[in-house]
Amino acid sequence: MSATDTTTQERPIGRRGPYAELFFALMRSGTFLTGFAIVLFWVICALFGEHFTPYDPLADDIINALSPPSAEHWFGTDQIGRDVFSRVIVGSRDILTVAPLATLLATVAGTALGLFTGYFRGIADDIVSRVLEAFMAIPVVIVALLAIVALGTSKATVIVVIGLSFAPIIARTVRSAVLAERELDYVAAAQLRHESAFHTMFVEILPNVIPPILVETTVRLGYAIFAVATLSFMGFGIQPPSPDWGLSISNNYGMIGGGFWWTVLFDALAIASLVIGVNLVTDGIQGALND
Amino acid sequence: MTDPAKAATGMTANALDLNDLSVAYRVGGRNRAVLRNVSLSIGRGEAYGLVGESGCGKSTAALSVVRYLPRNGSITGGAIAIDGKDVMKLDAEALRRARAETVSMVYQDPGKALNPSIRIGRQLTEIFELAGITGKAAEERALAMLKRVRISDPVGVMQRYPHQLSGGMQQRVAIAMALANDPSMLILDEPTTGLDATVEAEVLDLIAQLRRELSASILFISHNLAVVSNMCDRVGVLYAGMLVEEGTTKDVFNDPRHPYTVALLRCLPRGGQRKDQGRLDTIPGFLPGIGATITGCAFADRCALADDRCRRELPPLYELGDGRLSRCHYHDKAQTLPRATPSDVKLPAPATAAEPVLRVENVNKTYASHGHALRAVKDVSLDLAPGETLGLVGESGSGKTTFARLLLGLVAPDEGGQITLEGKTLAPRLEGRGDDQVKAMQIVFQNPDSALNRSHSIRHLIGRALKRLAGLSGKALETRLDELVRSVRLTERHLAAKPRQLSGGLKQRVAIARAFAGDPRIVVCDEPTSALDVSVQAAILNLLADLQAKERVSYIFISHDLGVVRYLSDKIAVLYLGRIMELGPSEDVFSGPHHPYTEALLSAVPKLDRSESSRIRLDGEIPSATNPPPGCVFQTRCPRKIGAICESQEPPLVQAKPGHMIRCHIPYPELARLQKHGAAQSEPA
Amino acid sequence: MVFLGGQVLPGNVGRAILGPFADQRAVDTLNHTLGVDRPLLTQYWSWISGFVQGDMGTSYVLRRPVAPEVIRALGNSLKLAAVAFALVVPIGILGGVVAALNLNRPLDRIISLGGLSVTVLPEFVTGIILILIFGVWLRWLPISAAWPRDAGFFTQLYYLILPSLPLFLVLFGYIARMARAGMIEALDSDYTRTAVLKGLPWRTVIWRHVLRNALLPTITVIATQTGYLIGGLVVIETLFRYQGIGSLIFTAARGKDFPMLESGILTIGIVYAVATLAADFLYSVLNPRIRLGGEQ
Repeated sequence: MSATDTTTQERPIGRRGPYAELFFALMRSGTFLTGFAIVLFWVICALFGEHFTPYDPLADDIINALSPPSAEHWFGTDQIGRDVFSRVIVGSRDILTVAPLATLLATVAGTALGLFTGYFRGIADDIVSRVLEAFMAIPVVIVALLAIVALGTSKATVIVVIGLSFAPIIARTVRSAVLAERELDYVAAAQLRHESAFHTMFVEILPNVIPPILVETTVRLGYAIFAVATLSFMGFGIQPPSPDWGLSISNNYGMIGGGFWWTVLFDALAIASLVIGVNLVTDGIQGALND
Repeated sequence: MTDPAKAATGMTANALDLNDLSVAYRVGGRNRAVLRNVSLSIGRGEAYGLVGESGCGKSTAALSVVRYLPRNGSITGGAIAIDGKDVMKLDAEALRRARAETVSMVYQDPGKALNPSIRIGRQLTEIFELAGITGKAAEERALAMLKRVRISDPVGVMQRYPHQLSGGMQQRVAIAMALANDPSMLILDEPTTGLDATVEAEVLDLIAQLRRELSASILFISHNLAVVSNMCDRVGVLYAGMLVEEGTTKDVFNDPRHPYTVALLRCLPRGGQRKDQGRLDTIPGFLPGIGATITGCAFADRCALADDRCRRELPPLYELGDGRLSRCHYHDKAQTLPRATPSDVKLPAPATAAEPVLRVENVNKTYASHGHALRAVKDVSLDLAPGETLGLVGESGSGKTTFARLLLGLVAPDEGGQITLEGKTLAPRLEGRGDDQVKAMQIVFQNPDSALNRSHSIRHLIGRALKRLAGLSGKALETRLDELVRSVRLTERHLAAKPRQLSGGLKQRVAIARAFAGDPRIVVCDEPTSALDVSVQAAILNLLADLQAKERVSYIFISHDLGVVRYLSDKIAVLYLGRIMELGPSEDVFSGPHHPYTEALLSAVPKLDRSESSRIRLDGEIPSATNPPPGCVFQTRCPRKIGAICESQEPPLVQAKPGHMIRCHIPYPELARLQKHGAAQSEPA
Repeated sequence: MVFLGGQVLPGNVGRAILGPFADQRAVDTLNHTLGVDRPLLTQYWSWISGFVQGDMGTSYVLRRPVAPEVIRALGNSLKLAAVAFALVVPIGILGGVVAALNLNRPLDRIISLGGLSVTVLPEFVTGIILILIFGVWLRWLPISAAWPRDAGFFTQLYYLILPSLPLFLVLFGYIARMARAGMIEALDSDYTRTAVLKGLPWRTVIWRHVLRNALLPTITVIATQTGYLIGGLVVIETLFRYQGIGSLIFTAARGKDFPMLESGILTIGIVYAVATLAADFLYSVLNPRIRLGGEQ
């Protein structure tokens, strides 16, 4: 009631478009800006980090192995004497290549799948939906584990495996958005112009389901980072000698009982900050879209 | 109820006083005024109607009284007193007690107002528990309350959940809940909006009866002037959050003193006005947006009487004596407001003698619903002449929208029937129809927000239709686009906008332009004005009538508003549970003798100019289409049922007089006799 | 499906077990002993009929029947999961409810953003940090979940606290978020307005009218989280050296021990299906609209 009071209002022409409005809402969102700053920091480290690390992140120095944090080695050194600080700085590179590419793959495949199943409905949709449901019943980590065992470990495998296991989740989101859109009369109006199914899906419906896709993509990016880090930790993801965070923790956590906390803590905090950063961005976008 | 303080103040204080009340909503970081310095008083036992179009702040006023504004809303000034007690000074516990003992509220959409996971009985007894009545006694009181709102099977209803009740029953339960604490102030916020006409009439009757039985003062909020005029002693008109006129209902509706009220009353199609007798009055311009800065009179931009003073200086509420108020500098000549009637276009009569443009024969549509066959449309046959308008009338579940979708090919009919367009049989589905056939039949949907793709600009929306339906491109498309846009009275500057940047009326014009892009032979109008305010509705109806005169197009016009249907239609089909109950020339159907269902529908329409008279009220609810009653489908509610034959045999649709068909066992002359004395009342407002 | 997944994976079983330097004849012999050179359909039939009878085949690596291994691992995992669930379901729901009741106030921001942040952290990251804090620095809790032989219930519980915490954190944000969203929707609903305007005390409004409708969707979500939980177990059990179904699958996957792998995954599938069914059942019991159907 009060809602209809506020929404059926005359809007003066010349108001900003929806995406400009989203942009300005994001610029006002502290959550988004904080998250964005964190992500930006790691992206810069990934791109240019090697130019300002104090040591070569891959160079060993057995004599100074496992030295605790000090003025020379801010974050200490690992078991073969590599500088932990330098490794943390450039450690974002692989994860920030693999995770976004996997997300991109998942988004493209999931969007296409969701559009087709949502638009055509019927038996094809039923079958695809059942298969996807069964697929989603198995935890992503295990699917990835199986596939990587079979296909061998490489960045490409990790991208494909994570991309394809996230695709059904995005497809489900897109499908439900498309199902709702399909009930709207503009789709009937398009049919009454004898538009092709392709036009209706991609020109009429797709622009209207971009917001949920955008949100789902950023959510999935967070989980892709989660998954890549986890797989690296399990030894199925990024391979040595990369200074990748998950991999470093995997190599060093066996020693934490001995008190060598610096070999794992900073990598763990780095992963935490990146994942939280991405999710603050997601939360900010979601909040801005809901306003 | 025996509170001595209350009894002491009770004699002197009004039931409700709003004093200079201002409310704002915080949107996009700014406070936007919704109510501006509203003052009004409701005396003990009085029924006060608050009317206005969407966005005028009437619901906000109601929610302020019970201090239940949305999270972003706040009272920015003024005071509210119930029974002389300042509501805004109450602490949480006192406010709770006021709600428990003094004020009650009923609002739109009863389906949402009841808790979906609690039985009706429990939702009622908890009110009595607040007053210390528990257990069996509370249950008996709850049952008595349900009986009081005349619900059928009250014992059974106690055990049911809200989703198991129909809309009308849900609203009865909501009213029972509101009255359970015997409030001194009852707020009804659009209590019948969204209900079917016959159900609405019953609920309004119930409220009117209860009013006589109870002592409660009533604040009745509605956009429907006729409803308010029947229910209330006094009425206030809100415009842009300001009270612009107040007085007794009779005075305000018969002798309005504010140009807005004058114009609003003229917008309604009245007294059986028809499209060939001239156009409806309209109000030019738009409602000011929420929070708009208003200097001078809020209505000045749309008022033909306005001069510089109006634009400069906010008129005070002039007292006109006898409790009449008007916020107009020129209230004495408000009624001389020039008619904003567009030049009349003479309509050529539909060419009924010619070959029909559309012929529908024995069309059926059956859906499968939870293992039952749901016959949405049953054995419908009719013709449509070129330039003719067929009005489709019926309540929810009557199949009128399904029928429209069948014609358009959006839904495939059952095997067997036949639809012929200009002599050629149409394929059941859109995909099987030729481009020419598709463009010949277009639609204007009810809700433009759903019908217009929100991602596309107006130029794209209309341009795409011209490209696909008229086969135009390049320069020719541009020229035709300009022409089409002008013909629906949009301007160049609207073209770059996206739908959400336009008001409801403008959006509906875009939808109309799109439907006319391919020079259609038939345009289906599915409740095209039901989402619009009255002042906008008139302009859309005028536009449709103009376009028909110019393009010789036929309309199939679907509406639940009989006044609107009567204005536009040459021919009427009355549908009930998917069947045509009556079909004939508009004047014959309206003036009667008519089918008992048509009679009831006409009688259910709230009328502005007449208070109660002998009204026909239908009992019970519309049956489910999955399980229609045996015999005549209307027999369960028919006030003129003649006996066993109605229950056993479905009457055929027989010709009563040339061109007028009625599906009833009562012979036509008998219907004429029965309805003779009632015929005078069945004029729609 | 799980079986097919296992079979489609390229990789010669015998070769995987014996290593790249083994004699080809030895590989063939082993493959024959294991039966993996038989046609796929035959293998599938004997596998599935065996599984139904409780015979999950023989481990390629351990050369022992799979069934007892899987059952023991599942038992261990269920203990760990039970501790995590017992902690997270009430606390998560409480967090969401408290956040919604303090909407947009600092407490809400803390719970929402805190919950969101811990939810998205990989279990091994929170696991490492928790081990450092409670196991290494404070020395309050053991850093391995392997409790001593003959440990009693409380000792086992003591060993399970640290491993269950990362799982708790991952699920907490999720459940709290759902509960919060459900609460906000219910609080904004017309029926809540009706209840408030009836003059019911706020406490009654919340307990009787809001909570039940608000928490229905959360119940379904908790069940779908079983999948994530099991994924998390793989990591946690590795990190804490705990003999559960997760580490069983992990070890089997590394060793290409297909009977073990397939049985492990199928077991997870069954657990997941049971959890989903239980949630559906609970949901329909609590929701009269599904239980009684509609008449409209």
